[in-house]
Amino acid sequence: MEQNVKPKTSIDEGSLRAAPNNAKTVTKLVFVVIGMFGFGFALVPLYDVFCDIAGINGKTATTAAVYEPTLIDESRSITVDFITRTNTGMPWEFSVQTKSIDVHPGKLAKVDFYVRNPASRDIIAQAIPSISPGKAALYMNKTECFCFNHQPLKAGEEAIMPMTFFIDPQLPDEITYFTLQYTLYDITERVDEPVSVAMNKSQGR
Amino acid sequence: MTTLTDDVKDPATDDASHDGHAHDDHSHDDHHHHIPKGISRWLLTTNHKDIGTLYLWFAFIMFLVGGAMAMVIRAELFQPGLQIVEPNFFNQMTTVHGLIMVFGAVMPAFTGLANWLVPMMIGAPDMALPRMNNWSFWILPFAFLILLSSLFMEGGGPSFGWTFYAPLSTTYSGDSTALFVFSVHIMGISSIMGAINVIVTIFNMRAPGMTLMKMPMFVWTWLITAFLLIAVMPVLAGVVTMVLTDKYFGTSFFDAAGGGDPVLFQHIFWFFGHPEVYIMILPAFGIISQIVPTFSRKKLFGYASMVYATASIALLSFVVWAHHMFTTGMPVEWEKFFMFATMLISVPTGVKVFNWVATMWRGSLTFEIPMLFAIAFIVLFTIGGLSGLMLAITPVDFQYHDTYFVVAHFHYVLVTGAVFSIMAAVYYWLPKWTGRMFDITLAKWHFWCSLISVNVLFFPMHFVGLAGMPRRIPDYALQFADFNKWISVGGFAFGLSQLIFLALLVKACRKRGEPVSDQVWDGAEGLEWEIPSPAPYHTFDTPPQIK
Repeated sequence: MEQNVKPKTSIDEGSLRAAPNNAKTVTKLVFVVIGMFGFGFALVPLYDVFCDIAGINGKTATTAAVYEPTLIDESRSITVDFITRTNTGMPWEFSVQTKSIDVHPGKLAKVDFYVRNPASRDIIAQAIPSISPGKAALYMNKTECFCFNHQPLKAGEEAIMPMTFFIDPQLPDEITYFTLQYTLYDITERVDEPVSVAMNKSQGR
Repeated sequence: MTTLTDDVKDPATDDASHDGHAHDDHSHDDHHHHIPKGISRWLLTTNHKDIGTLYLWFAFIMFLVGGAMAMVIRAELFQPGLQIVEPNFFNQMTTVHGLIMVFGAVMPAFTGLANWLVPMMIGAPDMALPRMNNWSFWILPFAFLILLSSLFMEGGGPSFGWTFYAPLSTTYSGDSTALFVFSVHIMGISSIMGAINVIVTIFNMRAPGMTLMKMPMFVWTWLITAFLLIAVMPVLAGVVTMVLTDKYFGTSFFDAAGGGDPVLFQHIFWFFGHPEVYIMILPAFGIISQIVPTFSRKKLFGYASMVYATASIALLSFVVWAHHMFTTGMPVEWEKFFMFATMLISVPTGVKVFNWVATMWRGSLTFEIPMLFAIAFIVLFTIGGLSGLMLAITPVDFQYHDTYFVVAHFHYVLVTGAVFSIMAAVYYWLPKWTGRMFDITLAKWHFWCSLISVNVLFFPMHFVGLAGMPRRIPDYALQFADFNKWISVGGFAFGLSQLIFLALLVKACRKRGEPVSDQVWDGAEGLEWEIPSPAPYHTFDTPPQIK
């Protein structure tokens, strides 16, 4: 029948030619797939880098700044509002002693926060800061902050948590007013340390 | 033409003649000539046509399953108040409906069409990696088995929306989240393997003379889609993995208490998610670009511009993701960038729509069933595109965000867009696959019932959305009651209309109807119309000559 008159050579050549090509193309594509899987994870640090550069998201530095009493810009003063809140399911009372202060850029200021654990269990908290407008976060330098550490409180305990900061005199003129908000999260379950050990303020970790 | 006719035989009769081949020189590829009977044919097949058929039936079954869930949603929303299902179950329905329609219906249907058509259109004997092809299909049913079985677990299935935003999926989700994550992993692996197969086939298996710029538009759009798939499906795999470790292994990618950020989830998700919506529409553009010239009896207007437009849409899709999250808080400059980049996409999309219209312009139009679906696609997809343009405008989006206006928009582009194009494709190529004309009366009923009901279903959603009805809520304010009643009626009618389609397909697969010619549609051009009808089990064992 006609079925046997196929030109065999073309099939053989075709498959011989195609086989190594396919392996090569597949290898390249698999590298793209692996690379993009990695890129998905690379977005995590990249996100923070972008937020840092652009000064958005209102995240302040997570380590203490060193205060250099150089220039104090007395020509203007900035109003800083403080807001405190607790995350859903977090039973602590959390408030700020000074709701709002006026401070000259470059001048050191201190604000005290009050916390009480009314629950019948020991709780470890983490405070997460957020500044609005986000751009001001770049100029907010904290020399001391409870948000740098875990904050443990035994059942029924209360404490004053201090925070000292200065505003970078480079703060753009258009920012005259910003808000710093702290949210307290209950992180007892994710931390292994017992509350009593952490109580001596020997760094959260 | 002898090379083309040498395989003129029905798969069913092929077994009888394979003995003649067993001792000829082709024994190195003798799997080509054995077609096992029964279930093992389908389980073990490496034939692109068999796998295409499997994909298409799977997609259709998932379309009916996901549609049944939509019926539950519409029944609950038929009147205000809670009457039929619990809110938690309602949330599971919206979530799983979305997941199934995106990953179980539209994407596998397009992969099925690619399997059937890409080798036939470029003159290749099969896909480049047939065994991987088998695997990429057969892991898919397990993915959906896992997902669907989670609905019957204690605590129910995923209920955080198909976008699984953190912290809904990390902090507030049930234990079925692990099953959800693994099923998404499997779906992702399946589509990545499918995409690699398509790219390798198109790069390495084209018949001599089939240059890139001679490829049919369907092949072009699928090539670009496949690149989108391998670029973003791994990102989806990454983000579901992060959800998994956040929920079960104590990481805090998306948990502010541990230094993470829930908004980061949305950035990563939509970096996948926006290219994903083009994955679901670019092959549709390809299908329409095949059908419109056939029934206009003209060459496609602006072939090269179609290719460039498709590529530009694909490239732009990587820089617009944040338009899904205007309300999360972003610098105004960024919102402006994402707004203008998004609006820019309407330029290449407009090029395509105008090219289709220009193809029809002064053509000898006839309105066979595939053409009816194609024209409905052009009109209704354009409506969806325009509402998308409205949503792209940042200040306006603040009002439309999370309302039924968004639901109306994406159902116009996905149902009357992607799904209608798939139906058009099935009607267009079904006679080539079965060798017989489908039941035209049923097809007309299917088309007109679907067309009318789909608009009753989705058009009023624009109005309730503009009036402020939020999406994903099982109850609503009284003033939306009348519109929602109409929407539900349209929904039930659209759902029932698909049973006509089911009847038609079953009939077609039982080989009822008039035999068709090789060309099937007078005016159809391309390699797939030069092989016999029904398409033989093996085609282009010898490469065809391309003029």
